[in-house]
Amino acid sequence: MTSMTGTAARMMSGFGNTSLGRAFGSILGKVAGGFLVLLLLTAIFAPWITPFDYAAQNLMNGNQPPGWPHLLGTDQFGRDVLSRVIYGARTSLSVSATAIAISITVGMTLGAAAGYFGGLFERCVMTVVDLTWSFPDILIALIFVAIIGPGLTSTTFAIAIAYLAQFTRLTRAQIVRLKRETFIEATINLGAKPHHILLRHLLPNAIAPVIVVGMLAIGDGIVLEATLGFFGLGAQPPTPSWGAMMSSGTAQLFLSPWVIIFPGVVVAVTVIMVNLFGDELIRALDIRDRIRGA
Amino acid sequence: MTVLSVRNLQVAFGAVAPLSGVSFDVAKGETLGIVGESGSGKSLTAMAVMGLLPLAGGRITAGSITFDGQELTTLTEKAYRRLRGGRIGLITQNPMTSLDPLQCIGPQVDAVAVLHLGMTAREARARTVEILGTLRIPDPATICDRYPHQMSGGMKQRIVIAMALAADPDVLVADEPTTALDVTVQAQIIRLLDDLVKSRDLALILITHDMSVVAQTCDRVVVMYAGRAVEQGPVGDIFDAPQHPYTQALIGCIPRGLDDGARLTGIAGTVPTVLNYPPGCPFHPRCDRAEEVCASIVPELEPNATGAVACHLPGVAP
Repeated sequence: MTSMTGTAARMMSGFGNTSLGRAFGSILGKVAGGFLVLLLLTAIFAPWITPFDYAAQNLMNGNQPPGWPHLLGTDQFGRDVLSRVIYGARTSLSVSATAIAISITVGMTLGAAAGYFGGLFERCVMTVVDLTWSFPDILIALIFVAIIGPGLTSTTFAIAIAYLAQFTRLTRAQIVRLKRETFIEATINLGAKPHHILLRHLLPNAIAPVIVVGMLAIGDGIVLEATLGFFGLGAQPPTPSWGAMMSSGTAQLFLSPWVIIFPGVVVAVTVIMVNLFGDELIRALDIRDRIRGA
Repeated sequence: MTVLSVRNLQVAFGAVAPLSGVSFDVAKGETLGIVGESGSGKSLTAMAVMGLLPLAGGRITAGSITFDGQELTTLTEKAYRRLRGGRIGLITQNPMTSLDPLQCIGPQVDAVAVLHLGMTAREARARTVEILGTLRIPDPATICDRYPHQMSGGMKQRIVIAMALAADPDVLVADEPTTALDVTVQAQIIRLLDDLVKSRDLALILITHDMSVVAQTCDRVVVMYAGRAVEQGPVGDIFDAPQHPYTQALIGCIPRGLDDGARLTGIAGTVPTVLNYPPGCPFHPRCDRAEEVCASIVPELEPNATGAVACHLPGVAP
């Protein structure tokens, strides 16, 4: 028994010593991180916790104000707003996280290659990347969705492309800085091959700021997904998405404001929490200068 | 037996030529000192030997570097990579930043033996522990799991030396290995290098600006000034009967014990920068022996009894 608690205590202190653990260390980190964990769990277990079917219509029961049994009211088709907000979390989080994951993978590869090899390749990559960087995110995403058509898949890729420049630039800046470090020169002196230097020494040392910017970008991705959804370019009905819900709520803004208010509040709170937690991560990883430098 | 030999090495960065004629040989079991003030081209010589000039944007314009009968100046990058860390090791100037901060000591040293000797991870680790032990690092097995930030400067320098030794090189280039360290640790590291040369039959090229280190450890010395070798010879002759006025001035700068009332001496003026090397002998503006010929004709390195000197008016100081 004592040994078990001892192990548990060690594991706890082990987690507390990791960067993620330190990000949870402050009150702000606990609140923001706790909220995000809760939101994630809600999204994952949505089928078991939603009180109603998110797509079940009941026109006789439309535009009900918040109360019992529809805690957050119903929309014009009589669908339960709470259930739709919960399922909307699934859409928003998965689209945003997938998009950012794609963006980080491609962006880090491009940025690392550009920073490491330099020359004409770097100039070509960075020119294209800077070109996309010069447009607002939403415009890039809109252009892309306009080309391949609306839907969740195109929304995902549109968001990925919108944030590609950020990760490419960030990674390249890190690699260019690290390349001049003495330990890289020392590694070259030991006869290391380029891929060893890149994969074992440069990328691990460059990854911390990318993690944080990735975290913050997930927040931006949620907003972008909601925006595209609001324009009707994202999730198609009846798939619930926070943006699409707000958009359909605009028609009854004065009749049943809860249809637009609740998804709006959830988007706002989620993005604030993501940003707060991102700030805590920056503090925990101690990389404020490196984020600003990119 | 000469293992590495440099002949009339010239290096250029674009139109600038910071190295214009360096020659030396180094044999197994021998320590060759390269001395000179900052900016005289010592580190550049090391870079050239390691084939790292392209990395900094420079190139070798003339001369040759031969290692074990093999010409290095025309070697491909791929072939050079096998030599670097394998048969020619480099100990870098600053141990504080020469280790990857995110990797434990063990894997960083292991990688060298895995790469160059084709060892398995387990064999490499055993070798790492053994080498760390011979470098008098206490408890080497535990050290392998430490991160660089947990260690002192002297320890890190030993780790860097261990990495240079891991693949059993024939030549070791040490570029100011002690500059960043405490005086007490400096002596330990220098003694360590000296022992390694004897026990492993290494050829050590010791680059330093510290004449007292040279006097303690080197067998032969090359004195560099403004990108040229101005004098070379056995360490005894260089210290007892220096022929070049610059060598004499350098030796004159060594603080000597507790002589009452003696003042520390320096060399008047500064080292010319690469962009304004004077015509003729590069040292003539600071030389009290200079005559007309010194300002117009570059003196060639002329062999004398035991070494060589590049001066129009060589001779022991009056």
